[in-house]
Amino acid sequence: MSVTREDVAKIASLARIKMDESDLDTLVPEFNAILGFVEQLGEVDTADVEPMTAVIPQALRLRDDVVDADPLTGGGKRDDVLANAPVAEHGFFAVPKVIE
Amino acid sequence: MAELTNLTLKAIRDGVAGGDFTAREVAQGFNAQIAAADKLNAFITPTPDHALAAADAVDAKRAAGEELGALAGVPIGMKDLFATNGVQTSAASHMLEGFTPHYESTVSQKLWDAGAGMLGKLNLDQFAMGSSNETSHFGNVVNPWKSAGSNEALAPGGSSGGSSAAVAARLCPAATGTDTGGSIRQPAAFTGIAGIKPTYGRCSRWGIVAFASSLDQAGSMARTVEDCAIMLGAMAGFDPKDSTSIDAPVPDWAGALSGDLTGKKVGIPKEYRVDGMDAEIDASWEEGKAWLRDAGAKIVDISLPHTKYALPAYYIVAPAEASSNLARYDGVRYGLRDLPEGSGLQDMYAATRAAGFGDEVKRRILIGTYVLSAGYYDAYYTQAMKVRTLIQRDFDAAFAQCDVILAPTTPTAAFALGDKADDPLAMYLNDVFAVPASMAGLPAMSVPARLNSAGLPLGLQIIGKAMDEQGVLNAGLALEERANYVAVPKRWW
Repeated sequence: MSVTREDVAKIASLARIKMDESDLDTLVPEFNAILGFVEQLGEVDTADVEPMTAVIPQALRLRDDVVDADPLTGGGKRDDVLANAPVAEHGFFAVPKVIE
Repeated sequence: MAELTNLTLKAIRDGVAGGDFTAREVAQGFNAQIAAADKLNAFITPTPDHALAAADAVDAKRAAGEELGALAGVPIGMKDLFATNGVQTSAASHMLEGFTPHYESTVSQKLWDAGAGMLGKLNLDQFAMGSSNETSHFGNVVNPWKSAGSNEALAPGGSSGGSSAAVAARLCPAATGTDTGGSIRQPAAFTGIAGIKPTYGRCSRWGIVAFASSLDQAGSMARTVEDCAIMLGAMAGFDPKDSTSIDAPVPDWAGALSGDLTGKKVGIPKEYRVDGMDAEIDASWEEGKAWLRDAGAKIVDISLPHTKYALPAYYIVAPAEASSNLARYDGVRYGLRDLPEGSGLQDMYAATRAAGFGDEVKRRILIGTYVLSAGYYDAYYTQAMKVRTLIQRDFDAAFAQCDVILAPTTPTAAFALGDKADDPLAMYLNDVFAVPASMAGLPAMSVPARLNSAGLPLGLQIIGKAMDEQGVLNAGLALEERANYVAVPKRWW
């Protein structure tokens, strides 16, 4: 399977990465070379094989369903969370207007 | 203070504890080495004051007769992928340039709690994606080693290339690394140092900039196996903040270290003997077998039939997870924002991500987006995860016959910067021996073995059973005791 220039442009748009024509010129052949390489996986018979879900088997831990049950993972850190925002206003992340 | 910077981590710790020198003298010595090594470009952000403050705290504790931690007085390098409170954490990207966390990663906090100080944040491949340190937004790291008779700049390996170069050049006695598909072991081999990736889940991933979450694992890089063991002991341990952290006690790896392999079986995987293999790598592997036999081990032939599929499966799984993890860089919450004049939210996302990510990162996000997209998910991603199951079964079957596996770390010695930069696939193939252990979550380490005929270091790799870091470290020590590797790169920087 190989991808076309239009395919790569579509994928870039899905991934929200702006690409110009010269980016696509280099990317399309690289993309196809990588896909060609990974496609050898198709040779492997996996009919009765389950896909891996956890590399080291573990049961997912649950915490009590209350606010800040564990202070280590609790909230109340608004100012810290906003400190690295490109634009923050009134205690919120600020973005360009999305509704006219 | 040049001689202090030649000491191992253990010798520094014991020397500080014994009063042979102060922690401050050690930190000053390394700070001076780093200030004089700009040509290596190993550090993105030196933090001499952090190292001095930690050293002063250790010296004061010692003066007060208080108990000292396992790394008291040892200044280390921190890969710039670990969040450090108040210090830029860039992942070597333009996207996170200037990002200054208000929190500390679990692993770095544990190191400070053990008495270590930070000499600086080390350069790496951007978002840990690369095998040569050429994808960093902050420039290439240069390997301190040179090929005999050549002045060509060589790659220090990647992604932990700043870590490997800094330890090899004596800019720090030890450094943190992270390994997703060989990013500790391959750079360690390229620079003649030791490095261990523990079992997936041993070290908390909390506060490490995420690349491929089912593979990412922190580990230690230093010049000796014992130093790696001491440092890893301080880094590892259960963390409720990481849902995949293993809730198991951390053994005293350094205390139980023994190079006596009597009664142990070492597996030699036949599939690692690839066509056109470098004859010197093959000879080094043979030599490694002889060393382990000499240490009392029995050498047994094993088979890992799906080895050749590990790398292609990795280049589906890792980009898929990366495309998902890196979706967070949207110009809203942290990092770069590029808002072209008059544009809306969607344009802002696309412009920010175009400006903030380098070529390799974009390539992997796009591959990941493609293999996860509707219509292709089963053919690529599900198939890769099934192959991953088969790779793990191969190891399970092999470990019924042996205790550890011996293999080369890399197919070649360090290559020149620029050599593979235009060919992503050739670059990926450099991790062919490292990736299978990552795909199976197994502990693995690289130990310096010898210099090749061009005078460049070669590494040998030990892969162990899940949770058996001790077995890996012990076999590593047995290699180290027989390799008598004492080579030091000739200073040109």
